[in-house]
Amino acid sequence: MIVLRRDLLLAFRRRSDVATTLFFFLIVSSLFPLGIGPEAAVLSSIAPGVLWVAALLAGMISLSRIFAADFADGSLEQMLIAPQPLALLVLAKISAHWIVCGLPVVLLAPLIGLQYALPNDALVVLVLSLLLGTPALSLIGAIGAALTLGVRGSGLLVALLVLPLYIPVLIFGAGAVAASQHGMSAQAHLSLLAACSLLSLVLAPLATAAALRISVE
Amino acid sequence: MKINWFKYSSPQVFYPLAGKLIPWFAWLAAIFVLAGLYVSFVLAPTDFQQGEAYRIIFVHVPAAWMSMVIYIVMAAWAGLGLALNARLSAMMAQALAPTGAIFTLLALVTGSLWGKPMWGAWWVWDARLTSELILLFLYLGFIALQSSIDDPRRADRAGALLALVGVVNVPIIYFSVKWWNTLHQGSSINMGAAPKMAATMLLGMLLMALAFWMYTVAVALMRVRCIMLERERNTDWVKELSLKTPSSQSIAGAK
Amino acid sequence: MQWASWSAFFNMGGYAFYVWFSFGLSLVCVILEVSALRKRRAQALRFSRLLAQE
Repeated sequence: MIVLRRDLLLAFRRRSDVATTLFFFLIVSSLFPLGIGPEAAVLSSIAPGVLWVAALLAGMISLSRIFAADFADGSLEQMLIAPQPLALLVLAKISAHWIVCGLPVVLLAPLIGLQYALPNDALVVLVLSLLLGTPALSLIGAIGAALTLGVRGSGLLVALLVLPLYIPVLIFGAGAVAASQHGMSAQAHLSLLAACSLLSLVLAPLATAAALRISVE
Repeated sequence: MKINWFKYSSPQVFYPLAGKLIPWFAWLAAIFVLAGLYVSFVLAPTDFQQGEAYRIIFVHVPAAWMSMVIYIVMAAWAGLGLALNARLSAMMAQALAPTGAIFTLLALVTGSLWGKPMWGAWWVWDARLTSELILLFLYLGFIALQSSIDDPRRADRAGALLALVGVVNVPIIYFSVKWWNTLHQGSSINMGAAPKMAATMLLGMLLMALAFWMYTVAVALMRVRCIMLERERNTDWVKELSLKTPSSQSIAGAK
Repeated sequence: MQWASWSAFFNMGGYAFYVWFSFGLSLVCVILEVSALRKRRAQALRFSRLLAQE
């Protein structure tokens, strides 16, 4: 809890980081209409995929920040020898990352969805799917961030490691929105998305803790 | 009698042992590939729907099988290396990855060479090709991670963890891709159910898969020998070995 | 026997390019991989020899 509060406080002091993620999301999703054309029918049919990919990339560019600062000033080593289980501390740091980088994207998404001419039902599903899916992105991404800690060219490497693992979340998330657009129930997609998040909630902190021990040793 | 496995896991002992094993596996691969080619080009009948183009499956399907088998074997070695802190296991995992990536690439290219005459398109987003593509990304991630970490011990363990994470994810990815595929396309394009499998076809594919398997073992052993030489270059046994090897043509040729 | 003549065999019922490209590419991969590994081994040995002679 203390770690969570500390990380949130630090993030709040460096508000520009939060802004970077949001701006990235905004810019990427604004580029597509410029590249494809303004027809509402086309835009609303590509919206689920485009918005989900943009959210996924926005979450990814900030991944290396989960551990980098703590690694640089040595407080990560303190955490490794702390009496609390490392996986729990890691979970707190991941939660902080999600609150700082994931949640704002979730909140901004309906606005961008409006730009893509998404109907109201689909907007609700979009927010729901992002709410259920983005925690999995932060959780899985943390493994990649921990593995590449202090490695040269880690920014690109993290993308290579993490993006293939994001595919199920992308498929279920974008699928949910597309299903509701076509008047079908998105429930199956959303349940699978929740399952992905729950599974990674159980496994990812453990894997991340192991990866940190490997990287910091 | 109990065999002391740990004795064989030291590089110094394993290096010559691997050297003795390589020719055996290479010969086995050669025999299986000859038998496999005989079955696939002489015995297997022409498919009445696909004509002769279906003969591509005799490399495509075994390559796809091997790409998956190698990933699982690689993750198993990696996990073993992580659990027992055994260097040889980690080196085996590292030695398997490039061969696995090559088979994945081969499966992709032959798949698209098969797709072109059959469906008129070089690439279709069919469930199998898509999963193969993602598998290639997983291999490349593993190789990239290992090669960008300088400390070999850390590279071994980080790679091992990544391989384990990957192996947990592969079934989930495969399921999600299948799900995505059935939602977006009808079942008209389906590589899995292409020709009705005749027994000779199955035999040909099995023989080719065995050949690829033996080849994989031989090549992985070759690569693990290289890795040992490179990592242990400051030890006495490698120095002695390098002095004992005559400056053969291959060494002169490489100069 | 499947094939009426050698040219029929090489023609592969009109699919020669696809079939032979697939099998040829596999052969090329094998040759490249094995020769790269031989070179790598020779290089490693040469390097350690230099280390040993120092």
